[in-house]
Amino acid sequence: MRITWARRISQAFFLALFLWFCVVATVGERLWQLRGWPVNWFLELDPLTGLTTLLAGGSLYAGLLWGAATLALTLVLGRFFCGWLCPFGAMHHFIGWLGSHGKDLKERARRNAPHPAQQIKYFLLAFFLGAVASDLAARLTTGQGAAFLAGAAVIALVLAATRRGAGRGFYFAAVAVVLALWVAWSLAAPRGGASLLAGLLDPIPLASRSVNLALLPLADSPLRIAWPEPRFYQGAALIGAVFLSFLLLNLWRPRFFCRYVCPTGALLGLLARFSLFKVGKRQARCGGCLDCEALCEGACRPAGKLRPHECVLCLNCLSDCPEGAITYQAGPSAAGEAAPDLSRRRVLAGLGVGLAAPPLLGLGGLLGPDWDPRLIRPPGSLAEGEFLRRCLRCGQCMRICPTGVLQPAGLSFGLEALWTPVLNMTIGTSGCQPRCVACSHICPSAAIRPISLAEKLGQGEYAAEGPIRLGTAFVDRGRCLPWAMDRPCIVCQENCPVSPKAIFTRIAFQTVLDGLAAGPATGGELALSGRALRPGALATGDYYLAADGARARIRANTGATVSLEPGPGWQAPASGSPVVVQVRLQRPYVDPARCIGCGICQHECPVSGQRAIRVSAENATREPSHSLLLKGAGPV
Amino acid sequence: MSGQGKDLDRRQFMQRAGKAGLGVAAIGALAWWGHDSKGPDASLGASPSVKLPSYAVAGREKRLAIVKSSHRVPALRAGLEALGGLGAFVSAGHRVVIKVNAAFASPPALGATSNPELVAELVRLCLKAGAKEVVVTDNPINDPASCFELSGIGPAARQAGASVVLPHPGAFASYSLPGGRLIANWPLLWGPLKGADRVIGLAPVKDHHRSQASVCMKNWYGLLGGRRNVFHQDINGIISELGRMITPSLVIADGVVSLARNGPTGGSLEDLKPTGTMILGTDQVAVDSAAVGLLGLKPEQVAWLGLAQKAGVGATDFQSLNPTTVELG
Repeated sequence: MRITWARRISQAFFLALFLWFCVVATVGERLWQLRGWPVNWFLELDPLTGLTTLLAGGSLYAGLLWGAATLALTLVLGRFFCGWLCPFGAMHHFIGWLGSHGKDLKERARRNAPHPAQQIKYFLLAFFLGAVASDLAARLTTGQGAAFLAGAAVIALVLAATRRGAGRGFYFAAVAVVLALWVAWSLAAPRGGASLLAGLLDPIPLASRSVNLALLPLADSPLRIAWPEPRFYQGAALIGAVFLSFLLLNLWRPRFFCRYVCPTGALLGLLARFSLFKVGKRQARCGGCLDCEALCEGACRPAGKLRPHECVLCLNCLSDCPEGAITYQAGPSAAGEAAPDLSRRRVLAGLGVGLAAPPLLGLGGLLGPDWDPRLIRPPGSLAEGEFLRRCLRCGQCMRICPTGVLQPAGLSFGLEALWTPVLNMTIGTSGCQPRCVACSHICPSAAIRPISLAEKLGQGEYAAEGPIRLGTAFVDRGRCLPWAMDRPCIVCQENCPVSPKAIFTRIAFQTVLDGLAAGPATGGELALSGRALRPGALATGDYYLAADGARARIRANTGATVSLEPGPGWQAPASGSPVVVQVRLQRPYVDPARCIGCGICQHECPVSGQRAIRVSAENATREPSHSLLLKGAGPV
Repeated sequence: MSGQGKDLDRRQFMQRAGKAGLGVAAIGALAWWGHDSKGPDASLGASPSVKLPSYAVAGREKRLAIVKSSHRVPALRAGLEALGGLGAFVSAGHRVVIKVNAAFASPPALGATSNPELVAELVRLCLKAGAKEVVVTDNPINDPASCFELSGIGPAARQAGASVVLPHPGAFASYSLPGGRLIANWPLLWGPLKGADRVIGLAPVKDHHRSQASVCMKNWYGLLGGRRNVFHQDINGIISELGRMITPSLVIADGVVSLARNGPTGGSLEDLKPTGTMILGTDQVAVDSAAVGLLGLKPEQVAWLGLAQKAGVGATDFQSLNPTTVELG
């Protein structure tokens, strides 16, 4: 068997495995459900997820250790991950192959020739690492330390800029100094704003998010394997559009994403330069047929000076060279190797812009005074600053959520929160169900830390802390039926899952018909005059006749009589005395000390558009600074 | 004109003219077919309604059995025996629908949902009586799949041999209650009911802040779809209409343990109260009237019972049915 067939089988296998993991991320015990499938394995193998969460969050969480194995193996084998394992890479590879169909050798060789745009991915990598490094620096240093660090950065930048002659270097140095001063100022007075932006373009989180939130909901709606009811994901069109765009760009250039965009590929490329084994030529000269270049996936120039950092180990060159001139060996290529053609300025510029990004994002005040109360995070989520440092935006939590209440945050939540999970109580089949902790256990980076049911419910050893609160429900008295419209309802109270309920009611008797006078009473019937009644309208069990401070429930009514069920202290009113019809209302109140912010009340509220009871993130357990109640205060 | 390239000969011209004519005709026909001079209606009119038959078993009307027991499964068996055996209701080849209360994603111990062992036993007894198929269904309030799994009803029913039908958009059909005021053009969980020979309601006895009690009649709420919560504005009216909507073969109120407070969700073992009673019968008003007593209520205090009696659904004076009382201890 040719080695390229082994590669194809490997790619197909891992792509199928990846899709299978997306399908089985369903709570349940059947073979095609979660059981023990390692559904995060691809996310964990991606070394960029591990590196960025390590830098930003300060630890390499659980299975993210797999990334180290990928890095180690890359030092031995080269970019095997890209060419043999990466499911997103396999998709690009396949579509690029389709796009090359019918093109002649010369054209294919042209499309696969090295292109300066291949540098872009290294700048993106520098940007993403810069974005987490500035935060790391801010955490490691304070005040003067930050200024010192920034000063060192300025000197380094100036040196770097002035090494390549004067002229443009001078201007570049000036820009660098301004940038560094900015960072220094920002670090001296940190506002937060760090965000694991890498997740936006990190290939496995990108592919996970796209399959979980766009592809699978579409494919599954007639099948109902992944979810019993069709799924909705807010803003899935944008997620799907990014995904489709990257797939279709392969028709223009094979492996467009891998060559120009992929920050993980860039990271692996930097290591692959030094890998033990590499693809290379046996002899410096060959026939120059360009067969290898026409098939080259990485655009790494196998016919000439090979670029090992770009080589994705597709091994097409090795397999198809008519002279057998190409091999996979421990030494460098006989025709020589080219180092990455990276402009130091641009890399530094990428790093600098990355360093500047968190302070810039922090200016929005989302982690400070303008925190967004709509950002209701899943149970177990870290405080917002920490959460954003770890969230990969992979969509695993939203995929596994049995109710679909977890939704990708759109741009209105701020760039730093784009596609992170947020609870939307109206879109799913329920709010956050109290007896579910699925999202906290699937989260690959512990942005949602793993919690037990006992911790979520505040039972057992967690009794003292009480249940985890996601926020607090607020009654909108201008929209609530019993508050604003004299209609009984209390669906919210009924559905509150807390025991004793966090929504309680107070009874109000509201006069809805006046101008009535009592007439003669016969048996349980009382004649009324003054205005005509709609027959049967008062027979719902919620209406009362009131006179002299006492009430009797109305059992039935005609146009001019009511049939009554006397209450305590009720005496038939004297003929001619004034009476009124009242509706008995149970008006809902929220006890913030009990409310867990699950949003089930909001989901069930019959005011179907903008609900009359809505949860917002105040009093969430994860943000003590947003707490609502004083400890030990209150009547009980 | 001539002199600019080759002139068409007559044959070519006729061919071209023919093709152009076909094109013109096709455009015209398409436009004619699609043309609408009036514009769309408001589409608020009534949609065709499915019809719900009576599932009552002839000759078995007004039967009532009250079993005193602290164990559910023996109580069910004894109660069915007192009604003449399940064989009197379910015959060979029947398709039986059991409407459980699976409203909440809550474990069975908390008593907010039908007890799974009871569901399983009823399924087994139906199959033993010769039923061809037993369907267990509900349109819960919380996430349906979670409700059936967490309540234990789904696994227990499947294991006993029933098929569990979860609501999905295709399972609903528009329904109007004849003479109904509230249930008009409303989505009904029709999929599992279609072709059913028998419908059995199996509900726990629960406290309810708005309707005072939730037993068998309110349990039919779970056959409605849409934003059914609007009906809470007239809770007594809707429960009485639900009683008119479904004429069941049999209803079973499980008050062996009642959810006596913080209903209908419960959430704590402290909300439960051992009331040691299971009530079975063919008159749902009578069954519910007997059941509300377990919550300390008199039937005349519960407005929906009065409305249902007035609508002819059944009798609140359950003693008038001469209930068979069984004491199991």
